[in-house]
Amino acid sequence: MSRIVGIDLGTTNSLVAYVDDKTGLPRVILDRDGQALLPSIVSFAREGVLVGAAARRQLVRRPEATIYSVKRLMGRGYEDVKDELRYFPFRVLPSDGIVKIQVGARDVTPPEVSAIVLKSLKDRAEAHFGEPIEKAVITVPAYFNDSQRQATKDAGRIAGLDVVRILNEPTAASLAYGLQKIREGVIAVYDLGGGTFDISILRVKDGVFEVLATNGDTHLGGDDFDREIVLWLLEDIQKKHGAELERDPEAMQELRLAAEAAKIRLSADERTALTIPFDAFTYHREIARAELEQLIERLVANTLRSCRMALADAGLSPADINEVVLVGGSTRVPLVRRRVGELFGRMPHSQLNPDEVVALGAAVQAHILAGGITDMLLLDVTPLSLGIETLGGIVSVLIPRNTTIPTSAREMFTTSVDGQRVVDMHVVQGERELAKDCRSLARFELSGIDPMPAGMPKIEVVFLIDANGILQVTATELRTGKASAIEVKPTYGLSEADVERMVEESFTFAEADVEARLLIEVRNEADTVITHVARALGQGAKLVGVEERTAIETALEALRRAREGSDRDLIREATTALNRATEHLAEVMMDAALKGALASRRADEIMDR
Amino acid sequence: MDHFEVFGLPRRLGIDAAELQRAFYELSRRSHPDFHQAAPPERQAEILEASARLNAAYRVLRDPIARVEYLVRLEEGRDTKEGATVKPKAPPELLEEMFEIQEALQEARASEQAGGLDAAAREMLAGQRDRLAARYRDEEARLRGPLSEAWDRSGADARAGVLAAFKDALATRAYLRTVIDDIDEALGEVGEGHVSHRRH
Repeated sequence: MSRIVGIDLGTTNSLVAYVDDKTGLPRVILDRDGQALLPSIVSFAREGVLVGAAARRQLVRRPEATIYSVKRLMGRGYEDVKDELRYFPFRVLPSDGIVKIQVGARDVTPPEVSAIVLKSLKDRAEAHFGEPIEKAVITVPAYFNDSQRQATKDAGRIAGLDVVRILNEPTAASLAYGLQKIREGVIAVYDLGGGTFDISILRVKDGVFEVLATNGDTHLGGDDFDREIVLWLLEDIQKKHGAELERDPEAMQELRLAAEAAKIRLSADERTALTIPFDAFTYHREIARAELEQLIERLVANTLRSCRMALADAGLSPADINEVVLVGGSTRVPLVRRRVGELFGRMPHSQLNPDEVVALGAAVQAHILAGGITDMLLLDVTPLSLGIETLGGIVSVLIPRNTTIPTSAREMFTTSVDGQRVVDMHVVQGERELAKDCRSLARFELSGIDPMPAGMPKIEVVFLIDANGILQVTATELRTGKASAIEVKPTYGLSEADVERMVEESFTFAEADVEARLLIEVRNEADTVITHVARALGQGAKLVGVEERTAIETALEALRRAREGSDRDLIREATTALNRATEHLAEVMMDAALKGALASRRADEIMDR
Repeated sequence: MDHFEVFGLPRRLGIDAAELQRAFYELSRRSHPDFHQAAPPERQAEILEASARLNAAYRVLRDPIARVEYLVRLEEGRDTKEGATVKPKAPPELLEEMFEIQEALQEARASEQAGGLDAAAREMLAGQRDRLAARYRDEEARLRGPLSEAWDRSGADARAGVLAAFKDALATRAYLRTVIDDIDEALGEVGEGHVSHRRH
């Protein structure tokens, strides 16, 4: 069997790993610069797309064309995400089905963006092995519903990968631990990543990893911690500087990145300072860990609620848990460790790197599927109840949550009108009693029923959830034994034709080569300088003499012209020249701003007294 | 193939949990799709089906109450769908109390806008709920214990009687569950993730 790699497609970072044939141990594949983590960020430019660290550098420069945290949008509709769109500087378009993101003149879907990240990891693996890689195990949050799993599978296909398994992240982590660290017993895997939270409770015995229950929130992670900090800072900035930054995508992005960095520092330090130079003012403030904890306490409490629900579903109490494992970068936050420890009454641990453990586990599962490991078996569950809508919009549950997969359920359907040739079903996922409160997965249309009096046809429909946690539906007319034709209309998914088209189009999103990448970077640098100088000239023109102003304008014009060409050196020289021409202007503006700030502070002090 | 047959077990209710788990793991190793990735598509479809059948069987047989419910369905020749098989029925000796509870529940629904129940009514309902919950546990213990044992002991002629007793006990249990949930709801004490439980 050909080689299968394991991929952790994360909200913030993605990784690819494999099991080393000699040692039998999983290893993460590093990129040319020795980095394991590929930031899950894609920046679109005319010259091609940037992925990873290169795209990360575009977050502030080209916020509207640089897509991050796209995992939060996978398999989702506009209604699901519209509340959080104000935090994204890129434009998400309203639509009936899955969301689309506007990038320049074209729209892309979340699976296409994820495919670009996957393709980059595929390239990395191919460079490592010196051979084509066509198969992968890709991980998803355990609490991902059918649409989100399908979207991930579609992303793999668009990237040219045969996704042989969609694997739950916490269970992947347990496999990585299982290979080397875990004792037998009942373990809880608490997985808090950049955008999603999962808790899985497993029994490990005789090499079998049996998931007893899982719970979570596919919209809760480090991103949400950052948001709480950003909202708090916005309020503070409003108070101190009277500035409304919310509509300024660049400023918001600066703020978000600064908040994220401060959060990370606060995992080690009790206090940290944050300084952000905006155009009009420089914002400075100190944050104490206790302040951060107050901001995120509610979110952490939500994860504990999920933990208690998973325990209840497993029929266990915290004392029954032998080991608590932490996965995901956000479990570095001390408050998270403390609260999890309190709930389970034991110290959680993360002996394996929480950023890498999921990818390592995906590699282990890949190795199992390739036949390289035969003494380990993972028995996972479906996280959400699956049902069909019945009369009055009530859900009839066919497969309850936490059922071991693969699993199937049969249901009989018939007609309600004489001569009826088509029967519709609405399949939903969720724990609520009314279909409208659950997640709509798809509408299925059974057609080609022979005309008969109402109630005569007997159509048996089999709902099967496979080992990926993805639903397959088949139908048979029992009297004739004939398979019925089923047309699937996924509510939040891509059709087969969509995916095929995207596979064909994917080459237009080819990652920019090194030359193009460097050109994009110097152009962006130039754009940033042009924007700033134009703004400075508007504000500070009076502060300098005519001669100086003319010199700046000439240098500005020269850079604008150079930027249109593709001579990198020329653009870089023109950028340097413009920077030099504006040095004095920047100085006098800074002086003026400082004086202004001092004056206002003095006014504050007077007011305080 | 019924759930008992999947495990090669006779149609008896006394099942050793540890032994069942061991058998489940062993059969899973044989029929899990993970170990048959290289098989041709038709074989893979069979494996998938066998694996789904095994998982369904284990889910039912590992739970002593679900086991009884399943056995009743099986004996009555209704093997198609999981879920409740019996209509909830009030235990006769509780009818009078039920009347009182239902009245209080109706009042609770009516008074929802007016700030809810008064303290005395709340206390009465909570007390009744705890009593019913105890009765519910008794009913389950009876199903798991003496009734299941009676089934395993009885010959073909006595089985109809045990089946009828099963159905009675299951009907009482289902009734108690509904009332307990209704009281919880009226008291605003619905447990986390509870809603879907009562349906499966």
